[in-house]
Amino acid sequence: MTIYNVEKIREDFPILGIEINLGIPLVYLDSTATAQKPASVIEAMDDYYRNSNGNIHRGVHYLAERATAMYEGARAKVAAFIGADKPKEVIFTRNATESINLVANTWGRAFLEKGDLVILTEMEHHSNLVPWQMLAEEKGLRLEFIPVTDDGDLDQAVFDQLLEQNPKLVAFVHMSNVLGTINPAKAMIAKAKRAGAITVVDGAQSVPHFAVSVKDLDVDFMAFSAHKMLGPTGVGALYGREELLDKMPPYMGGGDMIRKVSLRSFTPNELPWKFEAGTFCIAEAIGFGAAVDYLSAIGMDDIAEYEHKLVQSAMVKMKTIPGLEIMGEKAAHRGGVISFTLPGIHPHDVAQILDQNGIAVRAGHHCAMPLHDRFRIPASSRASFYLYNTEEEINHLVVSLQKVVKMFS
Amino acid sequence: MDDLYREVIIEHYKNPGYRGSLDPNDITFEDENPLCGDHIKIDLRVGEDGKVTEAAFDGHGCAISQASADLLLESIIGKDVNEIKHLTKTDVMDLLGIELGPVRLKCALLPLKILKAGVYGLGEATDDLLEDGQA
Ligand SMILES: Cc1ncc(COP(=O)(O)O)c(C=O)c1O
Repeated sequence: MTIYNVEKIREDFPILGIEINLGIPLVYLDSTATAQKPASVIEAMDDYYRNSNGNIHRGVHYLAERATAMYEGARAKVAAFIGADKPKEVIFTRNATESINLVANTWGRAFLEKGDLVILTEMEHHSNLVPWQMLAEEKGLRLEFIPVTDDGDLDQAVFDQLLEQNPKLVAFVHMSNVLGTINPAKAMIAKAKRAGAITVVDGAQSVPHFAVSVKDLDVDFMAFSAHKMLGPTGVGALYGREELLDKMPPYMGGGDMIRKVSLRSFTPNELPWKFEAGTFCIAEAIGFGAAVDYLSAIGMDDIAEYEHKLVQSAMVKMKTIPGLEIMGEKAAHRGGVISFTLPGIHPHDVAQILDQNGIAVRAGHHCAMPLHDRFRIPASSRASFYLYNTEEEINHLVVSLQKVVKMFS
Repeated sequence: MDDLYREVIIEHYKNPGYRGSLDPNDITFEDENPLCGDHIKIDLRVGEDGKVTEAAFDGHGCAISQASADLLLESIIGKDVNEIKHLTKTDVMDLLGIELGPVRLKCALLPLKILKAGVYGLGEATDDLLEDGQA
């Protein structure tokens, strides 16, 4: 293993050098919302537009062929990154949200029926909740939820009971964007399969932060977004098992997703293009590929280990602040996300004062209102960490939090 | 540097003069900003002459929204209810004396929306209420 050199990594991210508010350096602790981008990702997209821009899968000219090769090359990289057997099992989408909506609207519409049980959890991001609520309303599905314990883990005993009720689908978040909890996905998927259910994993926070293999997980569908893993916005992916994708009806209709069209009918294209209607985000997909290259070059295991050390240290230091409470502090396994509350100080005020100190954190419900209801708080502040954050930044956070407490005391 | 949290805002947040509720009251209205969970209820008592005699707010939220509610109620005591209908965003910003970005602006303006919805007897506190006149 090479030595993890965070200073060298930081040099790869142009934005980390900027100053905000009169000479205050940026401390970016909001990577869970969106990650910053290394120069290699920005340059890959720039290079595409300067030297290779053409529409894919249609032309026979030089640029069209070159663009197609780059786009499909990016798909192969993303597939390899998540341990998928075949690139065609990776569908490009706009983001994790669209990936989940795709499954709900195609597999869900085609194969779920009135009265069918869908198991979700209390810690879902709205993107793995609302699509199923919409489908449940349309089809009359039954939704049940695995509760979250006070420690911040999923209640596996309740999950086991729910599994006895013949569920058709189990969908859950791999790593919570609020609690940082890393759920035991492999074991949960194995149990769900034994119960005969199809499994959907929201990998929006797991894929960016540690090595995830769809083969090892044995999952049916997994959704994730490029922008949370150093890539651009506007592109994400859905992994789907080939047999399932083959049986699913298309999602949107239009160009590229068809093989043949007559006035009254069409034949869908083969995988993966069947699900990619219209001209896609070509530059962004290529940027996605560059992001995966960057992460792989550093190594996901090293990144995970570094982040683990950072977050452990941050938790210890933050707990020295009187009254500060961390949501899901005792979760069995947790990643680099710390959502916290300070007594009598609203998260908006915390975030605003931290911002004046150059620190970017998120305040609110982080698109997980039911989870905040579960912990009976309207909102929280969230600091999240990624491969480029440093121990000094954590110290700056803690000193600034002390200032916040002082202002309100 | 911490000018957003001027002394006056922290002071009104920590020691509000108008926190509480009035029962009975002549006008009451409550609403929330679901994005951040701020929730405010405003009660008013109005005299024979149509002027506000007493005002109180209750609820929870950030310092900006709570201080804005307190300052706003302080400013309307003795005012004719019809005058309240003409209060706008600018009046609130003058009371607070700070510049706010779009997200925090919503916090600052929530009390005014609630106050005007109550005064107009509307079912909902909409953004239209931040302008002058009837929504
Ligand atoms: C756990 C989780 N799932 C899904 C999403 C949705 O991602 P996107 O907005 O990129 O679709 C997010 C983003 O915050 C997330 O954290």
